[in-house]
Order: sequence, then structure tokens, then C-alpha cells
Amino acid sequence: MKHKIGFNKLNRVPAHRKALLRNMATVLFKHERIVTTKAKAKEVRREAEKMITRAKEDSVHNRRVVGRKITDEAVLAKLFTDIGPRFKERNGGYTRILKLGERQHDAADMVVLELVDRKDDGKKAKREERKAEKKAKKAEKAE
Amino acid sequence: MAVPKFKTSKARTRRRRSINMKLTAPTLVTCGNCGNPVLLHRVCPKCGFYRGRQIITPDTNA
Repeated sequence: MKHKIGFNKLNRVPAHRKALLRNMATVLFKHERIVTTKAKAKEVRREAEKMITRAKEDSVHNRRVVGRKITDEAVLAKLFTDIGPRFKERNGGYTRILKLGERQHDAADMVVLELVDRKDDGKKAKREERKAEKKAKKAEKAE
Repeated sequence: MAVPKFKTSKARTRRRRSINMKLTAPTLVTCGNCGNPVLLHRVCPKCGFYRGRQIITPDTNA
């Protein structure tokens, strides 16, 4: 019996849903953090965690199984050489969902979906720097 | 056909609504970083902090 093992169809036909989950999982592995709606995040997490569990053991078979879903070769390589080994010691729960509140436009519940051991790659600091520079320039112009 | 015999009075309508359509205020806590009132278990929209960690950089233009 298939009781109590449902999932969210996300109002999409199977092919559309499959594509959405694949794309979002790929982007999650690429950037290690994505902002999305709560419903999508929960479904993507499901797919992504299964893939990470596969990626913990780098074998031809595992690569092919995950490769059916992740077509971006660079991301697949990253998953098996970087993300997988990082989670060797962790049994499940590789991702984290942080609630952001409602989106202005349609009041959808927004969340951050991220890998729990996400490395800060310094991009943020750079962005801040650039922002500060811009502000300084603006202040100069105003004078 | 069954039809209401009397018009529902304002008092009766309001009495029903006062119980069945009650609004409740959201539970708010103060942000540990900036003191802004925030919803429970949510990232602070003002400073972008949650559980002592910078989660997002809030939009400064808004």
C-alpha cells in the first residue's frame, strides 16, 4: 500500500516537475545556496540529499546514476570531488532551510536553501566592497 | 422551498463574526542583533541576521 508517502506535485505535469527539480538541484550544487519558495525548497531538498548520499562514494555506477539527473558535467564533477567528500562524516541532513518571510508580490513563503557546510567564498565581501565604493563615488559627485 | 423567515440582524451577524472570524496578532520577538520586531523562526528582514549569523544582506535601497 502506498499510504502516507506523498510528495508535492508543485502544480506541474511530471516532465515539467522533473525538469524543475533537476535544474534547481544543479543550481544548488553550483552555488551552494539558493533563495526559493518553501514548497519548492522542500521538494528540491529531497532530490538533492539523495544525490549527495550517492556522491559520498565516487564510483562509475554512482556517477552514472546521478548523471542521469545532473547533465552539467562541471557541476557533476564538483558534486563528486568536492561536495561528496565534505559530507563523508554526516549521515543525512546535508541541507538547511532558513525562512525569510513572505514575498511582496504574491505572499509566497520564501526561504534560503543551503548546504550546511557552505563555504564563504568571499563573493559577499567583494560585493560589499563594491557597494561601498559606489557609495563613495556618489558622495563625491554630490559634492 | 425552505426560506429564512427573518432577516439576520446586525447584532446576530456581528455576534457570529466576533467568534468565528476573529483576527489574531502575529507573535513577535525582538531581533537579537538590531532589536527589530520579527516573526518567530524567520530571518530578520531589517538586518538579515538569524541565530547570530548574517544570512542575507538586506536591500539598502528599499
